[in-house]
Amino acid sequence: MLPVGLPWVGAHLRLDALAAFFLVVVNLGGATASLYGLGYGRHEEAPGRVLPFFPAFLAGMNLVVLADDAFTFLFAWEFMSLSSWALVMAHHRRPGNAAAGYLYLLMASFGTLALLLAFGLLAGAAGGYAFEGIRSAMPSTGIAGAVLALALIGAGSKAGIVPLHVWLPLAHPAAPSHVSALMSGVMTKVAVYGFVRIVFDLLGTPAWWWGALIALMGGVTAIMGVLHALMEHDLKRLLAYHTVENIGIIFIGLGLSLAFQANAMPAAAALALTAALFHVFNHCVFKSLLFFGAGAVLTATGERDMEHLGGLIHRMPLTAFAFLIGSAAISALPPFNGFVSEWLTFQAILLSPALPQWLLKFLVPAIGALLALSAALAAACFVKAFGITFLGRARTQVARDAVETDARSLAAMFVLVALCLVAGVLPGYFIDALAPVTRALAGARLPSQEGLQWLTIVPIAESRSSYNGLLLFAFIALAAGLGAEVIHRWASNATRRSAPWDCGFPDPSPVTQYTAGSFSQPIRKVFGTVVFRAREEVDVPAPGDSRAAQLRVRLRDVLWDVLYVPIGAVVTFAAGWLNKVQFMTIRGYLTLVFGALVLLLTVLAAWQ
Amino acid sequence: MDRFALDVAHLFAGGLVLVSFMLLYQDRMTGLVNNFALHALVVSLSVAWQAHIQHAPHLYITAAIALAVKAVVIPLALHRIIVQLGIHRTIEQVVGIGQTMLAGIGLVALSIMVMLPITAAAGTLAREDLAFALSVVLLGLLMMISRRNAVSQVIGFMSIENGLILAATGAKGMPLVVEISVAFSILIALIVIGVFLFRIRERFETVDVQALHEHRGEQP
Amino acid sequence: MTVQFGQMLLVLAFAPLLTGYVRKLKAHLLRRQGPPLVQPYRDLLRLLRKEVVLAHSASWVFRVAPYLVFATTWAAAALVPTFATGLVFSNAADMIAIVALLGSARFMLALAGLDVGTSFGGIGSSREMMIASLAEPAMLMVVFTLSLLGGSTQLSTIAASMQGPEVGLRVSLALALVALIMVAIAENARIPVDNPATHLELTMVHEAMILEYSGRHLALIETASHLKLLLYLSVIVCVFFPWGIAVSGQGLAAYFAGVGLYAVKLAGGGFLLAVFETAIAKMRVFRVPDFLGAALMLGFLAALLLFVTQAG
Repeated sequence: MLPVGLPWVGAHLRLDALAAFFLVVVNLGGATASLYGLGYGRHEEAPGRVLPFFPAFLAGMNLVVLADDAFTFLFAWEFMSLSSWALVMAHHRRPGNAAAGYLYLLMASFGTLALLLAFGLLAGAAGGYAFEGIRSAMPSTGIAGAVLALALIGAGSKAGIVPLHVWLPLAHPAAPSHVSALMSGVMTKVAVYGFVRIVFDLLGTPAWWWGALIALMGGVTAIMGVLHALMEHDLKRLLAYHTVENIGIIFIGLGLSLAFQANAMPAAAALALTAALFHVFNHCVFKSLLFFGAGAVLTATGERDMEHLGGLIHRMPLTAFAFLIGSAAISALPPFNGFVSEWLTFQAILLSPALPQWLLKFLVPAIGALLALSAALAAACFVKAFGITFLGRARTQVARDAVETDARSLAAMFVLVALCLVAGVLPGYFIDALAPVTRALAGARLPSQEGLQWLTIVPIAESRSSYNGLLLFAFIALAAGLGAEVIHRWASNATRRSAPWDCGFPDPSPVTQYTAGSFSQPIRKVFGTVVFRAREEVDVPAPGDSRAAQLRVRLRDVLWDVLYVPIGAVVTFAAGWLNKVQFMTIRGYLTLVFGALVLLLTVLAAWQ
Repeated sequence: MDRFALDVAHLFAGGLVLVSFMLLYQDRMTGLVNNFALHALVVSLSVAWQAHIQHAPHLYITAAIALAVKAVVIPLALHRIIVQLGIHRTIEQVVGIGQTMLAGIGLVALSIMVMLPITAAAGTLAREDLAFALSVVLLGLLMMISRRNAVSQVIGFMSIENGLILAATGAKGMPLVVEISVAFSILIALIVIGVFLFRIRERFETVDVQALHEHRGEQP
Repeated sequence: MTVQFGQMLLVLAFAPLLTGYVRKLKAHLLRRQGPPLVQPYRDLLRLLRKEVVLAHSASWVFRVAPYLVFATTWAAAALVPTFATGLVFSNAADMIAIVALLGSARFMLALAGLDVGTSFGGIGSSREMMIASLAEPAMLMVVFTLSLLGGSTQLSTIAASMQGPEVGLRVSLALALVALIMVAIAENARIPVDNPATHLELTMVHEAMILEYSGRHLALIETASHLKLLLYLSVIVCVFFPWGIAVSGQGLAAYFAGVGLYAVKLAGGGFLLAVFETAIAKMRVFRVPDFLGAALMLGFLAALLLFVTQAG
């Protein structure tokens, strides 16, 4: 107990297995972002707006993870929110950023309010705010359900669970790129930590429907996130929407873990929790990497819109390589790390037939299909992101003149590239490192992976499923190298440069290339009418008219229309009404105060 | 009851659900009628197999009726009707195949979730048949509400009847008399509907039931 | 170990033959003579000897992609039990990982399609990714059904459990088989989803993506697509018709019998593929979602029906 904080409570700090794991994630992200920031910050027009808040933000996140009582937790949480808000507002003069910051502030306060209520309910009337006391108290079913809902709103709005994700794709890209990386890669993980701490640790034994609810929300979040990302042409905003998708994948794992725990299947619960936490780590690594890459593109060209880029691989080969590895990792492609955690999630999903509840039996496979769909769509999305930005021919002059970014930024990126590969090839060590966490929270651990032959990973039993990233990587590298060697030695290695073939109609203008919009058009056709209410308007001029034909696509965020617009209308109405209250006579005020007093007394009388 | 008998019964009952999905998927008139013939064929096979394993000879008659009437006579009649109406090449605009299919899957899951827990005491065969039969009935209803063409609605209606037969034979309940009367009522319903179709067509020059809606007799 | 390496070489050696055989059969069904069975080998050798023509705007991604595509596809194909189970490396990847490996190959190829910056490459990549993203959930539902039956996602375990007496006649199996075949057709760019023989601009998907390739690069990509066809046929054969597959530890005779039987099964599968492709017309690109949606639906239905029997 530290002598700071509220006088009669103090601040408790504690480092257990869960906190240690998240501390590693936070500080790994923090360290690489700082390294990157050393190089990136040189292009900052107003460093005074970024530098003071950056360490504060890092400190806030660390403190959230270490906190051991509700007061410290909430204080640190709010500290983290406010310092990140200041960072979002660093470029407040750019159009749209002020609105993004406002929305962020609103959602963050709302989330903190929900968490405050959740802790209030947990502490109960006695008001024991230290986590130790909360842990030992057993809340009733109703209270536990309410706390779950509040934690889902509070932590979920910070993490970006659909439908509370609206602020995220606006606020994350608005900040400087290394801060975007921190917000997307790390702060959402702190939110996941908050959720895990409350629901897994403090709340006691779960009910099975918690798992169903959370996994379903995760599935919907994953698919909505990736579909929005596919429609996006702004590189940083695309990455932010992918954060929403990956948070969905993490919550699928958490939900499954709760469902297994509720049915006393600790091994399966440990598997699902391991998958979720491993994905937390992986997402931190590759999302930071991708935001660094996007930041490098932004400093080199001043552009975030992919439609104005292209061909950057010739000008920025190292950044392109790093971004390519990050793209492959986030698309869950073997032998990189993203695949391992998604594979573990799939293995947990495949254990669902053993669950006794029929709803879960049917729901979990459907969620599995959603997960597969979102993984495949993520691959499509990153083919678009990498292909349109870095490949092809430059679409504008700024893209043609881009130069490679500085050495420090590159160093930060390559550290993360190495981690993507190492975590994908040697996942056994990472899974073993997570064992203390799962033992504390799920009551079991996965079988030890260390002694297994060839560094294979086996989540349940060898006859059931196993995966060996090292072997696959070695095989691919060997086969590709061998193939190249054989062909170059014994077959032809002559190469000639020429104009592209393109079925005989090569057009030298880079405008004729496939664009990001045209790349995602087939998928928009398949999903767009339902999810986005997409409308296409084609404007073809009459023959003889020489103006250009136009295709206009309108996408609407259905959730925004259905949920947020009505809320906004209600708030505006209430505010308008309250406005009148502000201009009352003295007698009016007195009446109000008197009325309130009488009302309270009546309530008190009725209570007893 | 040995395992093989169970497996075959499962095969037919599951096959019936599958054919119901094919009915939902098919948007061409001719294909729809052929699919319906297949539906009836699967039902009669299933009933015949039940007759075999339950040693209930009267079920063979049910099977024969289903085969003769619904797999041969009605499809032939429907073919004639759609050719005479000139809609045999029509492709019906369904509400979006993807959504309909998803709804169908949801209905199957729902009927399994409803049926399996409440029939825990019954035998395996009866449980399966009941769950599948409810699915077929629900899918038939879905087809009736998702189609606009009167002929496809008729087919949806008759596929519901097939589902009922499946339920009845699986539960070893329905006496032959009931079955025969149901079969005949269906036949008569078909004739009546057929006559009505032509009347509708004469009057409104379409068999799109949406058109009927505008002619409800509220106006003078 | 020898079995593993034998199989790796076997799939590499057999894959072009299978393609040649399917082409020959299709030609016969159309009453044409058709190219000889060994034509794919000749094509590959000819391509290997030719020089590569690279577009000016091509980057290193374009030049590296063929090698990686070939290597990942080969790795995936080597992990499917063909004539014998109990391969040394079979625990390196289960069915999900094999599908994901093919996904890696597709990712590289789609990037290569965008690399030169032509419109046809883009159209191919974009459509390929759309088809793949719809095929993947359907494939997962098939995996789910199989793992529900066999209690494993490991192909050799599934193959062993499918030979067991407790499997019996299941409508789920038939549904899963049909769904898997539909996925395989879509993934291998066969009719009705795509046409492997077309070079008509607007109908190409896979061919449009690799339009700029020539020489040794094209040879590698062609080999990879031969391997992929063989892989999907092997998976279907291994899971649904596992009879006669040799188990490790049996004698040499069993292995030879396994190879012979495997060849017979592949011939049967290739024959059916040729008949199917000849009998059906290619569909419009925007009918493909319906086609794959039906595959997904079948996969779901298979899993649902299996729940019913397992509860009983």
